Amino acid sequence: MAPITRMAAFGRGAIPTSAGLRVGLGRVVSVLFTLLGLLALTFFIGRLLPADPVLAVTGPEVTKATYDRVYLELGLDRSVWQQFLGYIGGVLQGDLGRSTTTGQPVMQDLMRAFPATLELSLAAAIVGSAVGIPLGIAAAVNRGSWIDHIARIIGLAGYSIPIFWMGLMGLFLFYAKLHWVGPSGRVDIFYEGMVPPVTGMMMVDAAIAGDWTVFRSAFAHLILPASVLGYYSTAYISRMTRSFMLEQMTQEYVIAARAKGLSRSAVIWRHAFKNIRVQLLTVVALVFGGLLDGTVLIETVFGWPGVGQYLTRGLQFNDINVVMSTVLMIGVLFLTINVVSDWLYRRLDPRTR
Amino acid sequence: MSVCDTTTPKRPRWRAWLETDTPQSVRQASLQETWRKVLYFRSQPLGMIGLALLLLLLFVVVFAPLLATHNPIAQDLDARLLPPSAQYWLGTDHLGRDVYSRIVYGARTTLRIAVLVAIIVAPLGLVIGATAGYLGGIVDEILMRITDVFLAFPGLILALGFAAALGPGVDNAIIAIALTAWPPIARLARAEALTIRQADYIAAVRLQGASAARIIVRHVMPVCLPSVTVRVTLNMAGVILTAAGLGFLGLGAQPPWPEWGAMVAVGRQFMFDYPWVVAAPGLAIAAISLAFNLLGDALRDTLDPRIG
Amino acid sequence: MSEPRLLQLQDLRVSFHSRDGVVDAVRGVSFSLGREKLGIVGESGSGKSMTGRALMRLLPSTATMHAKTMRFGEIDLLAASERQMCQVRGRHIAMIMQDPKYSLNPVVTVGKQITETYRRHRRTGGRAARDYAIEMLDAVKIRDPARVFHQYPHEISGGMGQRVMIAMMLAAEPSLLIADEPTSALDVTVRFEILQLLDELIQSRHLGVLFISHDLNLVRRYCDRVLIMYAGQVVEEIEADRLNEATHPYTRGLLDSMPRIHRPRHRLPVLQRDPAWREPLTADER
Ligand SMILES: Nc1ncnc2c1ncn2[C@@H]1O[C@H](COP(=O)(O)OP(=O)(O)O)[C@@H](O)[C@H]1O
Ligand SMILES: [Mg+2]
Repeated sequence: MAPITRMAAFGRGAIPTSAGLRVGLGRVVSVLFTLLGLLALTFFIGRLLPADPVLAVTGPEVTKATYDRVYLELGLDRSVWQQFLGYIGGVLQGDLGRSTTTGQPVMQDLMRAFPATLELSLAAAIVGSAVGIPLGIAAAVNRGSWIDHIARIIGLAGYSIPIFWMGLMGLFLFYAKLHWVGPSGRVDIFYEGMVPPVTGMMMVDAAIAGDWTVFRSAFAHLILPASVLGYYSTAYISRMTRSFMLEQMTQEYVIAARAKGLSRSAVIWRHAFKNIRVQLLTVVALVFGGLLDGTVLIETVFGWPGVGQYLTRGLQFNDINVVMSTVLMIGVLFLTINVVSDWLYRRLDPRTR
Repeated sequence: MSVCDTTTPKRPRWRAWLETDTPQSVRQASLQETWRKVLYFRSQPLGMIGLALLLLLLFVVVFAPLLATHNPIAQDLDARLLPPSAQYWLGTDHLGRDVYSRIVYGARTTLRIAVLVAIIVAPLGLVIGATAGYLGGIVDEILMRITDVFLAFPGLILALGFAAALGPGVDNAIIAIALTAWPPIARLARAEALTIRQADYIAAVRLQGASAARIIVRHVMPVCLPSVTVRVTLNMAGVILTAAGLGFLGLGAQPPWPEWGAMVAVGRQFMFDYPWVVAAPGLAIAAISLAFNLLGDALRDTLDPRIG
Repeated sequence: MSEPRLLQLQDLRVSFHSRDGVVDAVRGVSFSLGREKLGIVGESGSGKSMTGRALMRLLPSTATMHAKTMRFGEIDLLAASERQMCQVRGRHIAMIMQDPKYSLNPVVTVGKQITETYRRHRRTGGRAARDYAIEMLDAVKIRDPARVFHQYPHEISGGMGQRVMIAMMLAAEPSLLIADEPTSALDVTVRFEILQLLDELIQSRHLGVLFISHDLNLVRRYCDRVLIMYAGQVVEEIEADRLNEATHPYTRGLLDSMPRIHRPRHRLPVLQRDPAWREPLTADER
């Protein structure tokens, strides 16, 4: 999906090599600025854009008493600046308001939903790296061969087919027709709540509890959404791997390695691949962030009770507070992943270490 | 589609003029360069397929009333969920509407979104990027910070937020998508503006006393325009998919108007028994974004031979 | 000249096919080489590097090459399989490239890059290879080789990098060395040291050398014999100490446009290029 086109655009390009204290401080300040920007943007969208922010929160049918209460809760009697400060203060204390649909604090809902999303994204990122990296390398070193064409077709399909549609078609084929995988949800309904939640990730919890029936059921439910999401990460990862590898293969050091008499596979793995490992790590991190985008749609398709489904439920019931809080959370998550991958890059590359 | 038929004796004059080895003027030389690119583009079959698909889309949009076999919003409850047949080429949906005709009319929604987003995003990105790049300093810093903030959200998520706040509907979806699609364009325009800021002819214009605004509009933006145009085309597939995603989540065109993403969403609950309701609109979305991707790849190869 | 020739090359042609047409980078180069120092001089783009790389069959994938003969000793380099070429490269023919900043792998330690060559051709264990690599570092006059062994290329200077490059390429004791502008990327101050080091190693190891450079002065001092290349062809082949007798106008032009201490001039003449030099040479001109 679109995730992926945007990701490469993030980050300010070349990283200075002298990672002195000032550079570090500058980065922190810059991240804080972006964070403040995220808050400003969600505040703007949630409170200022709707014609009546109260109705946006409560929905159209509302008693006068509730209306007035929410009006005061949102601080609409105060100036915009005070409202914004109040909003930031709330967010910093972990207070994102209440959901009108669940009646729970949004923060609490999000925390409950997050492990499901994490489990799904992790599985997808694993699928994407396990397939995408070898595919990209094979495509680059056999440029123009059938494997390159396959990689290209996989990429094109991944960039063209709507993810929600592929999810639905997958359900139709593998669940309804072939009965290979489970239907929507995370486990079969009668296993729900059978294992004590430790991490919140169903398969991990089942493994911890040693309950392999639940584990198998959870796996049968996870495999399809994770594969569909994983397909999209494969498309992106293989494309990036291919272009990184192509770039390396024309470098002088590759010619030098060949001039020493090294075999093709030694040149590829011990020399060229070694040079893209760090880049790949950040790509996988970014894919992880980019998956957040597809996750919203895939969770909706598969009834996966994660952050994405929470968001679309909020949309359905006009719960702007839920929507904007989730958007904010995903933005913060995305930013964090970007910062971490940037940091990893500089930590791990011997040239910038 | 052979490129190398330059030996054919009966070449039209204009072609000979374009292909001669000894151009007589700068203008001829630059037109020749363009012509070589056109020829190269034409030699890429995938790019031509993409172009053909988009022309087909245009054709469908223009002649929708002639191509449709039924009224796209007329319900016929006696003809619900019928499989594809001679009468209903792609079957009917749960309200007995002809899926084929809905897809034909849905093309209008898709093209409208694509065109309007492009029309909003290109100037928006161009103005922001060119201003930031040309003025530099604090203005650049502020504008790029704002760009970073927008880039800090995954695309669909932010569009979702905007669309939710603005309320459902195609126009709001267009605004929402445009508001999230401008940052990469602005970055590109900024990079271009940075390189021409130092150019002598810009300095000359400045010495003549032109204001910054005038220089940006008259001299910087036109230079950025070609690459911005290409980039907008490249990003169109993403725009189509985001639009389909919004439609799928109920934030696009409102019923009964046909929109491909929404058609998939509505067909979901009948999918297991009546798969055509979902299959056809999804394929339509995939075909159009594939077309933009193929066209974009070919354009990129044509304009930037280094990337392979 | 009584010794058997190391390398025989006849009518080498290298061309690139791109979407804008065909570029002939090398157009019929022939020479043979014993255990001597043969220089190739020519301006940038004249096809020197492609000639060197063709000898090792290391041309870019977009290039195509043809030759009538290309032999290294008993080995027919044209007929050899890629596997066989892997045994020739490094073991029999090695190549020193221009800029250690790019030709050393930035994320592999110096020691690893040297042991790799050795272990590839002499199947030995890690310890022996390590000791040998340190010996090699010592042989190229690197102080504190044990420390440098563990360093990454970006942690050492350009001159040191080129020493490492030499150590890496000579580790498997090849008999022919192609040195493609080995000092052009270096600081003037270290150029001489590197050349001297190379010379010592060539003497002590009894190597044949193909020395590629754009610097005629350097080549005439350094080599026994010189090939002058222009636009993909060898326009003149001559003993280095008889260069003054060169006849080809391009060579003469090169000689004339060099500053001399004994014959000061106000302005150096600009080399005039004659399009006729680009024409294919006739059989007896070769
Ligand atoms: N990768 C390539 N693609 C196309 N042409 C090339 C490539 N590499 C070299 N050439 C062509 O080959 C010619 C000779 O290059 P080269 O041997 O590197 O020159 P030199 O080493 O003498 O400076 C160049 O003029 C260039 O036109
Ligand atoms: Mg060269």
